[in-house]
Amino acid sequence: MSFELMSNLVGAFFTLCIFSFLYKDNPFYQMSEQLLVGISLGYGLVFTYERIFVPFLWQPIVLKHNFILIIPAILGTLYLFRFSRKLGWLSRYPIAFSMMSIGMGVPLGIHASILVQMRQGMVPIETVNLFLIFIGTIAVLLYFFFSKAHSGAYGKFVNVGKWYMMIGFGASFGMTVMARISLLIGRIQFLVNDVMGLLK
Amino acid sequence: MKKTIPLFIVIFGGLIFVAYAFSPHKFLQDDFYNKFYVPWSYASAPFAALLGIISLSMMHSSKIKRRAPKWQYSYFFFAGFIVTALAGLIGGMQKGGLLMWMFENMQMPMSATMFSLLAFYMASAAYKAFRARSLEATVLLAAAIFVMLAQVPLGVKISKHLPTVSQWILDVPNLASKRGIALGVGLGSVATSLKILLGIERSYLGGGD
Repeated sequence: MSFELMSNLVGAFFTLCIFSFLYKDNPFYQMSEQLLVGISLGYGLVFTYERIFVPFLWQPIVLKHNFILIIPAILGTLYLFRFSRKLGWLSRYPIAFSMMSIGMGVPLGIHASILVQMRQGMVPIETVNLFLIFIGTIAVLLYFFFSKAHSGAYGKFVNVGKWYMMIGFGASFGMTVMARISLLIGRIQFLVNDVMGLLK
Repeated sequence: MKKTIPLFIVIFGGLIFVAYAFSPHKFLQDDFYNKFYVPWSYASAPFAALLGIISLSMMHSSKIKRRAPKWQYSYFFFAGFIVTALAGLIGGMQKGGLLMWMFENMQMPMSATMFSLLAFYMASAAYKAFRARSLEATVLLAAAIFVMLAQVPLGVKISKHLPTVSQWILDVPNLASKRGIALGVGLGSVATSLKILLGIERSYLGGGD
């Protein structure tokens, strides 16, 4: 048995273990589910060690003698006090340090999510499509405005926003289903071509 | 000491970050952000990952101790975690090593299959939505069917106009609804950020004193 075939058989076994859930919950699925979590966590640990801990903490301190970085390292260890009942409050310090960047979120959030969208939404209405987009955006925004009762002519206009959102959710649903289907096709192709092909 | 100083750090540091976003001054762009905040964040980040690892391991070991339902499978979690971690820490992350072999032949097939399973559950969700027989659900499903059919050869065989209709759905009503939602989400996230910055929202500090 070649190494490639053995590797593919391992992949095929775990693929079938996960697919077995379609029949019902079973020990093979449970086993592979926990194994997946364990392997992902192990990979995450190694990735964090190799790509973050070594180049940004170990090497600067040990090789470059940048001893100031001992302070954030101590700050980081305070995270672990989260498990202590008496000293759990110490973990608030590293959390507060990482939450500082929320200040950057205010101007950047206004720019990316509000100003850019408004600029794109307030272009000259030269075509029917641009008119439909403009009306739709206003209607969707008003649908989430609850300070005025959704009744009468206003309620009817606001209801248009709901129809726009239904079409939007449908489109997102369709795109997501197709993405999952392409993954499914990939797995079937792996089983049929890669595994069965090597077994022939 | 327990809550006031962390709160002060967030408010004071947050205001510096607001200034950083607006001002091109060297102190803010280089000294504060590049020389202080980024290296310090990277240096403290591995411990946050360690917190997650310890937390998950504690959850599984307590499950085994308590003999909770399906406790036996927690051993597979530990087996996967320990073997992968040792393989990576001893053998490294290079291609051809045990870690990458496990990643390519175990982790990737399992996660891809796990996500592909969702296709079946989405199909059943669509069936349930269609059974609701409301006009809204029908519109949602019609849009989804147009978008899905346009991406496969069968759709073009049914009608050559289907890709055009699908593209129109994506470019016009879908865009309008996404833009409206994005504006709402943007306003909401800015409001939440401001609440944190002004010390009104404090839930991230956790409970207790």
